[in-house]
Amino acid sequence: MSAPMSADLAQIGKSVVIKGELSGSEDLYVDGQVEGTIALKGNSLTVGPNGQVKASVEAKGVIVQGKLDGNVMASDRVELRKSAVVNGDISTQRIAIEEGAFLKGKVDIQGKAERAAGK
Amino acid sequence: MASVTQNFMKLFRGTSSGTPAQTPQGGQKLTRRSSGLGELSRVWNAETPLCVLDLGSTSPTNIRFFTERAHKIYSEDLLVASTEPHLATKDDQGNPVLDSRRFLGDNLQYPAAHFDVVLCWNLPDYLDESLVRPVMGRLWSVLKPGGMLLAFFHTKDAGPDSPCYRFHILDKDTLEMQRVIARREARRGPTGALHTAISDGFRLQRVFNNRHIETLFRDFASIKFFLARDNVREVLVVR
Repeated sequence: MSAPMSADLAQIGKSVVIKGELSGSEDLYVDGQVEGTIALKGNSLTVGPNGQVKASVEAKGVIVQGKLDGNVMASDRVELRKSAVVNGDISTQRIAIEEGAFLKGKVDIQGKAERAAGK
Repeated sequence: MASVTQNFMKLFRGTSSGTPAQTPQGGQKLTRRSSGLGELSRVWNAETPLCVLDLGSTSPTNIRFFTERAHKIYSEDLLVASTEPHLATKDDQGNPVLDSRRFLGDNLQYPAAHFDVVLCWNLPDYLDESLVRPVMGRLWSVLKPGGMLLAFFHTKDAGPDSPCYRFHILDKDTLEMQRVIARREARRGPTGALHTAISDGFRLQRVFNNRHIETLFRDFASIKFFLARDNVREVLVVR
C-alpha cells in the first residue's frame, strides 16, 4: 500500500527511524519507526501498514494501519484500520474501528466543550 | 479481600436463537438473548457515565455501543494476551504453565476500584488454568464496590470442541456471537510479537460446575445465575 500523495504531506519511509519530538503544521505519514512524541495539532497523522510508532500523539486526525504504542489525543477523528494494533488510550470526538483491528486501552469520546474544559 | 457476605443464587431462563449469518470474513454470527446482559443494562442506561472493561476481542460494535451512551470503554483481549510466548514457564513439578505474575504485570494494569462494569464473556472457560484465579482476583480489585461482572460458562453438555465466540452487544439484552474462526496468517499480539497461537482458535479448557463458579467468585458480594438453552450459564456477580 502506498502513501497518499499530497502537497502538504510529509512522509517517513519504512526504512527511517526517528527518536525524539516530532511537531509540524502539515499532515504526516509514518511508515517507519518513530519513538517519542508527535504533535500535529491542526493536522493529521497516518501510521502506515509498516509503521511502528511508540509515542504520545496529539493531532487533529489519526489513522492507524500499523502499530501504535502510546496515548492518542485527536481533536477530530481517529480511524483504526483492520491491520491496526494499538496499545494506548484514545481520546477523540469521533472514532471508526474496522473489524480486525486490535486495541488495548481506553476509548474516551469527548465533545468540544469537554475538550475545551480539559476534562 | 472481603469475605462473601451475601451469596445467593437465582435461576432464570434465558433464550438463544440460531439465526446464522456470514460475516464478510466468513465467520459465522449468531444472535442470542442474554438475561444477564439485560439485567446489566439497567446500570448503563443510567445517566451517570460509567467505566466499562471489555475483556473480549476488540469489538467496534461494543465500543460504539458504549461511547454513544457517553460511557468510557476499555478494551483488553486477555485470551490473545495469554498466548504470548514469553509467558511459558514450568511449575515446581516441571509441568508447563503460564507465568501468572508476569501476565498480570503486562495486563489488567488499572487503579483499584476503577470500573463499574467488567464484561468477562467466556474468558474463564478458555483461559489457561494457571491464569484463571489470579485474573479473577485482579478483576475483583479493579471493580468498584457494587460494580458488576458478567461471565458465561458452558455446562457439562458442552464438548471440548465448543467454539470460542466473540460477543457484540446489539441492544440491551441481545448479543451477536461471532465465532473465532481459523486464521491462516500469523498476527501481532499486544507486544508486537508475531504468533500463530490464535490461528487455530481457542479450545475449551474446562467446564465449571456451579460450586466451582461460586468458589471462583467467593470474594464477591453476590452471584446470580441465568440459565440459557444453548449449554451456557450466564453469571452476574457484584463486588
